[in-house]
Amino acid sequence: MVVFEKPKALTDAPFHYCPGCTHGIIHRLVAEALDELGIEGKTVGVAPVGCAVMAYNYFTCDMVEAAHGRAPAVATGLKRCMPENVIFTYQGDGDLASIGMAETVHAATRNENITIIFVNNAIYGMTGGQMAPTSLPGQVTQTSPYGRDVTTAGYPVKVSEMLSTLDGPEYIERVAVNNVKNVRNAKKAILKAFKNQIEGKGFSLVEVVSSCPTNWGMTPSKALEWIDENMIPYYPLGVYKDRSAKEE
Amino acid sequence: MAEKVLMKGNEAIAEAAIKAGCRHYFGYPITPQTEIAAYMAKRMPKIGGTFLQAESEVAAINMVYGVAGAGFRVMTSSSSPGVSLKQEGISYIAGADLPALIVNVQRGGPGLGGIQPSQSDYFQATKGGGHGDYHLIVLAPASVQEMADLTIKAFDLADQYRVPAMLLADGTMGQMMEPVELPDLPPAEIEKPWAVRGTKGERKHNIINSLYLDPELLEKTNFERFEKYKVIEEKEAMYESFMMEDAEYCVVAFGIAARVSKNAVVAARKKGIKVGLIRPITLWPFPKKVMAEAAEQCKAFLSVELSMGQMIEDIKLHTGCKKPVELCCRTGGMIPAPEQVLGSIEKLAKENQ
Amino acid sequence: MTTQILIAGFGGQGVLFAGKFIAYKGLLEQKEVSWLPSYGPEMRGGTANCSIILSDDPVGSPIVSNPDVLIAMNLPSLDKYENAAVAGGSIFVDSTLIGRKVERTDVKTFYIPATKMANDAGIPTLANMIMMGKMIKETGIVNFGDITDALKKVVSAKRANLLDLNIKALEAGYNYQD
Repeated sequence: MVVFEKPKALTDAPFHYCPGCTHGIIHRLVAEALDELGIEGKTVGVAPVGCAVMAYNYFTCDMVEAAHGRAPAVATGLKRCMPENVIFTYQGDGDLASIGMAETVHAATRNENITIIFVNNAIYGMTGGQMAPTSLPGQVTQTSPYGRDVTTAGYPVKVSEMLSTLDGPEYIERVAVNNVKNVRNAKKAILKAFKNQIEGKGFSLVEVVSSCPTNWGMTPSKALEWIDENMIPYYPLGVYKDRSAKEE
Repeated sequence: MAEKVLMKGNEAIAEAAIKAGCRHYFGYPITPQTEIAAYMAKRMPKIGGTFLQAESEVAAINMVYGVAGAGFRVMTSSSSPGVSLKQEGISYIAGADLPALIVNVQRGGPGLGGIQPSQSDYFQATKGGGHGDYHLIVLAPASVQEMADLTIKAFDLADQYRVPAMLLADGTMGQMMEPVELPDLPPAEIEKPWAVRGTKGERKHNIINSLYLDPELLEKTNFERFEKYKVIEEKEAMYESFMMEDAEYCVVAFGIAARVSKNAVVAARKKGIKVGLIRPITLWPFPKKVMAEAAEQCKAFLSVELSMGQMIEDIKLHTGCKKPVELCCRTGGMIPAPEQVLGSIEKLAKENQ
Repeated sequence: MTTQILIAGFGGQGVLFAGKFIAYKGLLEQKEVSWLPSYGPEMRGGTANCSIILSDDPVGSPIVSNPDVLIAMNLPSLDKYENAAVAGGSIFVDSTLIGRKVERTDVKTFYIPATKMANDAGIPTLANMIMMGKMIKETGIVNFGDITDALKKVVSAKRANLLDLNIKALEAGYNYQD
């Protein structure tokens, strides 16, 4: 009996992610969604700049590598010329909520029929642990060595809350991947975000609260606890917007 | 061919793009090219195409990148400050070897500059503009008819070589109306097996990408791209020669500057000065061969530009600095009068007998 | 032969439209033509002008700096361009809005109370076309016949009711005697 299999929508290329990083889990959840919905052959993914920059090597579907922050614009182009295809972006917090904020907000407000997987680990991972737009108040990073001082660096951006104030988007949910129950919920949310697109419902974004043991300076298990203790209180999990559910 | 109609240069670009099979346009308002967006906004929804007013020039060019990656004909248009914003995306498009059309209806700069015509983005267009080793195919129309013809040509060249193309016009060309004939073209669909349209489970995935962390691989990719550029330089240079057969002096100008220079050349001929005009139609590839030939034939050159002198460097380079090259220019949105150019030709002839 | 025309006035006087009509008339008579507007914020209520060139040969520069024919629709335009007109050229003045005479003596001058005529005729927006009618009469750069064909190219189908009014204005200008 097969208990667990690698999803077909993942290639055999070994992940370059650090030990204990949750990108691996999130990749798997996305690939499982593509498998279960049978859409891998008509999906085009858009990779960001950041830790997931080489996501194009990991998914078996067609992939585009976008400039930093521009994935929602690239996805908009792809979706507009191929409305029957499934288009998703996979972006981190620096990419989506800092340099790409305009692209994110405007894709959302246009209700662009795309799926966005937003990985929020409160830090710039790839460049070595700088302060992100989502770094918590007081959080020590390479560029906030005395802790994020909100009087000079401002407050973290709560992406799901902010986007859900817009009339445009269809579906916004925040999930986490730090325990089995949360991973299961994350899977459901990601599936729904893809289904929405197939059903033509529009902009669906799943914010995944994630860890970065390397740059947080913790063991992987401690990092997962840190999510519960620090991240989730600031970034509460849940559905922030679900237009269709409201209508039904 | 259809009947001749009067069209603004900007509208001619838009209609020609549609004729060429472009069904996807992304842009952001900026004077003096907004008619292109307005035209597309009107037409695209009626022919099943995309018109999208993007949130920024940056977003617009990245939408273009997406459609280009899927292998469909796509364009954006802007004017100088907006084209600066697009440079990031243009570099990525070049780095991923994608065909696309970028239109720059130039206005005065630097900075916010002005809204009157200019040619001061020559360096940006022909020498890179964005980061990294790359070129665009750069076409410079000098009439409304050429605004249309070169738009179609740009799409063809971009597809053929997988190189982004730029139409480098200016505010005058965009705003003026002249008679134009638009051809009825068969859809120019060429095979694009590299495009990302979904694997359909039938092939390994395609990846549109410009990232090469292995420097040897990046170098190899750049070498290969420059081999392609060599072919383009060899085959695709375009220019117009005017009264050059017996010319002792050569005016070099493109776009609106060439229109003004033609008047001046005719006037100088009436005064007995044997002068001709070479009008580069492709700015990259620059028409090197004819320039080298002219260096043998002529005593001196005059570069007429709506800038502080940018193309003049290419003239010096490709004439091998064998003969004097002088500059006649206006900048900031001003256009040299034919009399100014005539005066410069007379001075050139007097000083280089 | 080449004729360079400059039409200048306030934004809203239909300067660009009048130019477009002349350009189309020229095109329909198989001439080479160009039309170049001033553009930018000045179009909204400031001064507007446009350059039209009609020629038997391909048009070189589309910019008219020394017009053979100047049509001045307001005083600032006459002040600005009077000295630019070529010697032996023609200056047409809307004498309702311009109180002074042309100072030059080496040009032909025509004074038409176009704005008043337009108001009196109940077509207050068509002083521009009254000026065009007179200009065609005096310069003969295009034929007055078949003006409807050229008008149809510049009056949008949605506003076809304006066609007759434009013809009326052109005829009023064409038949106007000082």
